[in-house]
Amino acid sequence: MESSQADINREIEAAAQQPGGPQPKIDYAPYRSSILRHPKQPAHLVDPESVELWAPAFGHRDVAVDEADLTIQHAGTPIGERIVVTGRVLDGDGRPVANQLVEVWQANAAGRYRHQRDQHPAPHDPNFTGVGRCITGPDGSYRFQTIKPGPYPWRNHLNAWRPAHIHFSLFGHDFTQRLVTQMYFPGDPLFALDPIYQSITDPKARELLVAAYDHDVTTPEWSTGYRWDIVLTGTHRTPLESDTEEHDA
Amino acid sequence: MSAVPGQTVGPFFHLGLEYPQMNELVPPASPRAVRLHGRVTDGEGNPVPDAVIEIWQADPQGAVLRTPGSLRRDGWTFTGWGRAATDPDGHYQFFTLEPGATEPDRAPFFAVTVFARGLLDRLFTRAYLPDHPDLLAGDALLESVAPERRATLITRREPGGLVFDIRLQGDGETVFLTYPRLRDSWA
Repeated sequence: MESSQADINREIEAAAQQPGGPQPKIDYAPYRSSILRHPKQPAHLVDPESVELWAPAFGHRDVAVDEADLTIQHAGTPIGERIVVTGRVLDGDGRPVANQLVEVWQANAAGRYRHQRDQHPAPHDPNFTGVGRCITGPDGSYRFQTIKPGPYPWRNHLNAWRPAHIHFSLFGHDFTQRLVTQMYFPGDPLFALDPIYQSITDPKARELLVAAYDHDVTTPEWSTGYRWDIVLTGTHRTPLESDTEEHDA
Repeated sequence: MSAVPGQTVGPFFHLGLEYPQMNELVPPASPRAVRLHGRVTDGEGNPVPDAVIEIWQADPQGAVLRTPGSLRRDGWTFTGWGRAATDPDGHYQFFTLEPGATEPDRAPFFAVTVFARGLLDRLFTRAYLPDHPDLLAGDALLESVAPERRATLITRREPGGLVFDIRLQGDGETVFLTYPRLRDSWA
């Protein structure tokens, strides 16, 4: 039987009473798809070996500068609120993660992904694909120009709607820092109702996924601006100068 | 500083993470190529058709590479990194070279990450080559894993390649890893 939002809310509330860490609970039944897909055995603690102490290298050879602007990928201008999302990628010790790949993907302003499996009856935007990439600068900075995504329904339960979000994929200095996550927008009324967001039961940790509106990033007559710094876990080795250089063979 | 929590890759990752030749660390027709492949299954043994697998590995001489070019493959440079999506049967495949041992007494392996819809954070594991019984017997990770679960970390050799199945839950559940500086909540 399909659950209602009230059922899900009760489950979210019950899970919030359990002790939680800074990462999502992977055994989080309110997100129904997780039930058969989370390991039941605890993760096995191991010391990383050589290959795990390095991340793959990416460079400007891999990504064109234009790929950070999601609003210029087609002949026309996409519909919606033009935004800039910027910030820095740092490791757990506050050091910049330079010259690493950042990938983003998102729905359009109407909450529709340009994907065959997204059958939500909101319009496609012929001028918006919703995919971007960039390479972090020497100070770990990234910057995307895009359109604010809309919320969308997703059938986890009756009347399930995801808060607006942008998916982010990140690499650190080490392979062990690999992260895929989602950036949310401040003040979204759907936060309390969303089991993916609420799977992080520590409220402080959850807030780390919410960007800040930043009027200094907003530009006159052009776009609003959001700032979101992304802190990865700590690296296991001392990052070298070579982590910030390009390594074109 | 507090690390940003992970979130699921969701069902629409094909939009943002897929790109041409992402699973071809070497061209499939290359005489040097081996196929590393397997199926991702859930707690009921059903295929997971919306997973993403990434591998990161040393080259055949055991060197850890610092070479870009994994997104724009030139058909020649070996970068050690690749990404594959599962198909409707939960199957993924890479065309790559077999990794060498990074230190003389270490067992060679592929470092693996697993992402999927329904998986709220990425998982790490290792896929060891099967052919070094002495090195495998002395490997620190394998030694610390219950004997009946060790096989989940070791690839199976077949003509032309290696098989590595990933079971997210239940019978034969793959051993997934965490590292000392990684703050995972799941236990």
